[in-house]
Amino acid sequence: MNQAGHIDRRSFLSQTANGFGSIALANLLADEALADAPARQRAPRAKNVIFLFMVGAPSHLDLYDPKPELSKRHRQRAPDHLLKGLNDPVVKASPTLFASPRIFEPQGQSGIEISDYLPHIGSIADEICLVRSMHTHTNVHDPAQLLFGCGNTLFGHPSMGSWITYGLGSESRDLPGYIVMTSDSGHGICAGSNVWSNGFLPSQYRGVTFRSQGEPVLNVVNPPGVDRSEQRARIEAIGALNRERFRTTGDPEIKSRIASYEMAFRMQAAVPELVKLDGESEATREAYGLNHELTRPFGTNCLLARRMVERGVRFAMLAHSNWDHHNNLNVNLKKDCDMVDTGCAALIRDLKQRGLLDETLIIWGGEFGRTPMNEVRRGFTPGREGRDHHPYAFSTWLCGGGIKSGTVVGNTDDFGYHAIEDRVHVHDLHATILHCLGIDHEQLTYRHQGRNHRLTDVHGDVIHKMLA
Amino acid sequence: MISARAALFLFVIVGVSQPARPDVRFNRDIRTLLAEHCFECHGPDAKQRKAGLRLDERASAAQAIGRVGNSELLRRITSSDESERMPPAESAARLDDESIAVIRAWIASGADYEMHWAFISPVKHPLPALARPKTSGNAIDRFVYERQSQTQLRSGIQADAKTLYRRLYFDLVGLPPDPIDVQVFVDSWNDLEDEAWTATIDRLLASPHFGEKWARWWMDLAHYADTDGYTVDYDRPHAWRWRDWVINAFNRNQPFDQFTIEQIAGDQLPGSTIEQKIATGFFRHTLSNREGGADLEEHRVKKIIDRTATYGATWLGLTIECAQCHDHKFDPITHRDYYRIYAFFDNADEVNIAAPLPGEQERMNLAMAGYRKKWNAIVDPIKPQLNATMRKWEKMMLDSERNPGIDYKRDRALELLGILWGAGRGEGQLEGIRLTRIPPKQRTPRQRERLLEYFVKRGRLGLENEFNALDKSGYRPKITKLNKSLPALSRPQALETAMFRRTTRIFDRGDFRTPGKAVRAGTPSFLPALIDQPEELDRLHLARWTVSKENPLTARVLVNRVWQEFFGRGFVTTPEDFGTRGQAPSHPELLDWLAADLMESGWDLKRLIRQIVASSTYRQSSRPSTTIRERDPHNEFLTYFPRQRLTGELVRDAALKTSGLWDTRIGGPSVRPPQPDSVTEEASYNAKWPTSEGGNRFRRGIYTWIQRVAPYAQFTTFDLPNVNRSCSRRDRSNTPLQALTLLNDPVFVQAAREFALRVLRERRSQSLGDQLAHAFAIAFGRTPNEFELKRLREHWHDRKAAARSEENKRKPIGIPECTLSEWYAWESTAMVLLNLDEFITKE
Repeated sequence: MNQAGHIDRRSFLSQTANGFGSIALANLLADEALADAPARQRAPRAKNVIFLFMVGAPSHLDLYDPKPELSKRHRQRAPDHLLKGLNDPVVKASPTLFASPRIFEPQGQSGIEISDYLPHIGSIADEICLVRSMHTHTNVHDPAQLLFGCGNTLFGHPSMGSWITYGLGSESRDLPGYIVMTSDSGHGICAGSNVWSNGFLPSQYRGVTFRSQGEPVLNVVNPPGVDRSEQRARIEAIGALNRERFRTTGDPEIKSRIASYEMAFRMQAAVPELVKLDGESEATREAYGLNHELTRPFGTNCLLARRMVERGVRFAMLAHSNWDHHNNLNVNLKKDCDMVDTGCAALIRDLKQRGLLDETLIIWGGEFGRTPMNEVRRGFTPGREGRDHHPYAFSTWLCGGGIKSGTVVGNTDDFGYHAIEDRVHVHDLHATILHCLGIDHEQLTYRHQGRNHRLTDVHGDVIHKMLA
Repeated sequence: MISARAALFLFVIVGVSQPARPDVRFNRDIRTLLAEHCFECHGPDAKQRKAGLRLDERASAAQAIGRVGNSELLRRITSSDESERMPPAESAARLDDESIAVIRAWIASGADYEMHWAFISPVKHPLPALARPKTSGNAIDRFVYERQSQTQLRSGIQADAKTLYRRLYFDLVGLPPDPIDVQVFVDSWNDLEDEAWTATIDRLLASPHFGEKWARWWMDLAHYADTDGYTVDYDRPHAWRWRDWVINAFNRNQPFDQFTIEQIAGDQLPGSTIEQKIATGFFRHTLSNREGGADLEEHRVKKIIDRTATYGATWLGLTIECAQCHDHKFDPITHRDYYRIYAFFDNADEVNIAAPLPGEQERMNLAMAGYRKKWNAIVDPIKPQLNATMRKWEKMMLDSERNPGIDYKRDRALELLGILWGAGRGEGQLEGIRLTRIPPKQRTPRQRERLLEYFVKRGRLGLENEFNALDKSGYRPKITKLNKSLPALSRPQALETAMFRRTTRIFDRGDFRTPGKAVRAGTPSFLPALIDQPEELDRLHLARWTVSKENPLTARVLVNRVWQEFFGRGFVTTPEDFGTRGQAPSHPELLDWLAADLMESGWDLKRLIRQIVASSTYRQSSRPSTTIRERDPHNEFLTYFPRQRLTGELVRDAALKTSGLWDTRIGGPSVRPPQPDSVTEEASYNAKWPTSEGGNRFRRGIYTWIQRVAPYAQFTTFDLPNVNRSCSRRDRSNTPLQALTLLNDPVFVQAAREFALRVLRERRSQSLGDQLAHAFAIAFGRTPNEFELKRLREHWHDRKAAARSEENKRKPIGIPECTLSEWYAWESTAMVLLNLDEFITKE
């Protein structure tokens, strides 16, 4: 492969720094992009992605996958075939089946059964495609989060948002193409910046974090005593002197630097405008849960995600921690559900009402599922049980551009232990996501350490049952 | 320009019958063809091989190659029968006529094989004649000019003295020069260029800041950080000891072979010193997962895999991790070879060693006498009961290790011991388990105390009755309190020969749950081994082999990395991959010459660096002509010196030095310069960022604490590589976030203010023009041109006027001869200067 061509593309792309860049620029790139790797191979259904990453692994058995048989056998010893190959000393030592205390009702026209802990998501069940047959291949958080977020259990691989902004560029001139927001239920953030890392892709494809405290983007606000006209004057002078240096040295990198400063200045206006929610109606604020302390953090992120999509941001990731409910499931799970339920549903309704749902792909899910057996890590106290990590089955849902609404894909066994029907590996999910964006997952490649890498490594099948 | 291959093609087609047959060279002409079109099915990977045919080795391929006129290979690649023709239609692209002709010529000339270039020992090719006068004429220039002469490209002119001086400062000490030094240099340069240049090189090579600059690329390879990594990301408070060891090693110009040996196996050297043991900390920057739920062995194996990959990338320049699961697809590294290297690290334990800082041992000795007395006073009354319970607990650990799955509490207790031991102190996770395996009588008092310390904290699980009964005596809080009173004794990270030898097995498909055949530690089978090698090899053997004459890779890989530090790209642009799929070197003879010369010199790194910076090639201007820019866009022919943005650390250093804020101390614990708490908190489970005090806020970038889950934001913005994997090559992006950092980050805002103060202090009562020119000289080491001075003056006046019209004034601090509005103009102007592209660029 032609190394030189590759560098050309990179130095050119660096002018679109951080995936900034106009549609015109994206068009300019199109030929080269096709030749190199990225860009679209088929008609896209979705333009943008909102990834609702439920970090820590929510329980599929208590939210999306009702199991009457499990309820019948509550507190019985798990059948031996389920314990074979189980690699967890904690659960293995006390393999008692544990029924979900939740109530599942069929929702809407589609009749998809969803837990009473998620009434709002239940109310938009007709919009989603619920995949009950997800599976992954590790039951440890970090590698599993990396696999779900970046397609590989090892560090150093680009995240989904990096691949997608690398492949498609950004349509915003004033905002980063890939933005990350976090929220948590008081137990800290699980999964670090590795989950929005650019890995071996150029670093302008790293997710830019919007912070919930202080200024939304680090250093986007002028220092004390510097107003916008002062900043403009500085940037004018910097630009003029940089142009002079370009004249004497001829280094094209200086032109990129000048463009970066102009974009930074636009971003200083665009970011505050983006996060200023004054213009949103009271009805909208209420719908997203902004009026209640519990729902405000995640709800705000959801509302911001809609505003980002409206402004051409390619990929918004909302990481909510922490669904790692090892004990006291009834209380802890409820808290996280209450925090995110309102916002998720409001986001989807709002996008639909604004005609944006068709071009936006939404993904909701965590890195694995949880055991059908209860966990007694801290000594057995009835009513305070939890569930341990479980990689063999879990649920994820998608919605919006390219996705078949009001559908269930796949099934698990009687205990929700193994995905048995229409199994969907994380790689398959990634292949399908890229497909919705018009990208062939086998064609979106990047040369690193002597070989072409993909989000889906050497795996992944598009799951057509999920597609509209 | 006609490439060698095209020339060969012409020769073949035209059939020139002169005796001067152009030689077909396997490595140059044939290997890439075969690799691209054939090796997928007929290469080193035994599992993928079709029809039993292997074309990458002469012996296996000879029959298929045959002779021209009777060559099965030729017949198959030219066959018109689709079912016979190779490569098959559904696979890689067909060989074109040109390629087929080259292969035919190769077969006609005897089908000689050469080993892949990087696997043959480098030799000193004869120096080309010096084509151009008025150059340094050293080996570098001769090879560079020869390469250029094949293309009709020529090096550009020499850069001016001021540019060169600043370039050399950045390259050797990572700092911009002071204007006064620039002036002294320019004066002496005007008299005698070469003497002035040599004197500056010598001075900077001897500077203690040399090591601060040169340690960093090596830290990237080791993927240094100050925390454990993963979700919990505990501190490693002594990681910096290895960092300081590296800085020192570069400063005292430790020969690279010794530098290597100490880091791979310093602990195994006879009579090894504490410092030599600290050197093995190179391999302790692997991550420690302190979260439950996984097999302890899985955690351990992951670290060994990382060490193996880090070793391969750092010294061999090979991506050997591919062979973790199967034979390498393109390079001759077998699955077995991988585990032979792995076995060296498999038999090394993570230990933290007592390496007291000055004063620590004395304080410890002083405290120890009283401590032991108090310890006994607490423990004696319950001694029989305590000992019995401890024995029982230890037995429980050992039983669980041998027979897991019987009692979940017991298993959980062992798991906790194996993941939480030494958390927050950066200790090896399995050290506690190791201690339980030592028979109690053989333990040192300190080992006993440490084990008890752990037991007191976490021994309850699975042993509740005994633990609680003991607890009634109230000994636990006393022990905890007593231990807190003990002064600190630094215990940095190191490796040690495994206390209990492990048998390494090849993992089928790289999965630790499917161990296969046992292997002995050994060096890669496709490279020559050391002569007189014993049956059982240890890390010291690997270390000595790594820097032996027998190993063709290490010196080349090193020279390439050093070159990259100066020119932004190596001769081989894939510094982590010298294998068959890596990029071929742009200057193979020069690379080999420098590698051979380096070994001859006794691995003298400063000598290599001196050779590079003394060359005319290094001293070229960074302003190539338009023609050169078009014809040599990637500087493959070294026709100019490439302008390069500084790394994040050096951007910080430049701002600190320019402003005068810089705290020049060398070494010591890592520091946390100011940044918003949320950078750490919003990206981590429970990590904090307690900002350093005083001068520690203004230390060089290399001393900044690296929190794996959320590294220092300014560095991340300026392309700090992923700190969880070995990195051979940093990215140099150019983003709006960088602009926002330089414009608005409080660190740079403060730097601009101090910079302005410095200018006013140093040019008190002088004209604005003089002051601006001085500011310019501090920032860029040169005089502004007319336009630049005019534009700065305009900005200054404009801002002064704006200050008058706006209510936007702050008091100047200690600047008597400056009005409020003038100060406002100065702050603004200083900020402009620190934001110019030139400020963060080596030219």
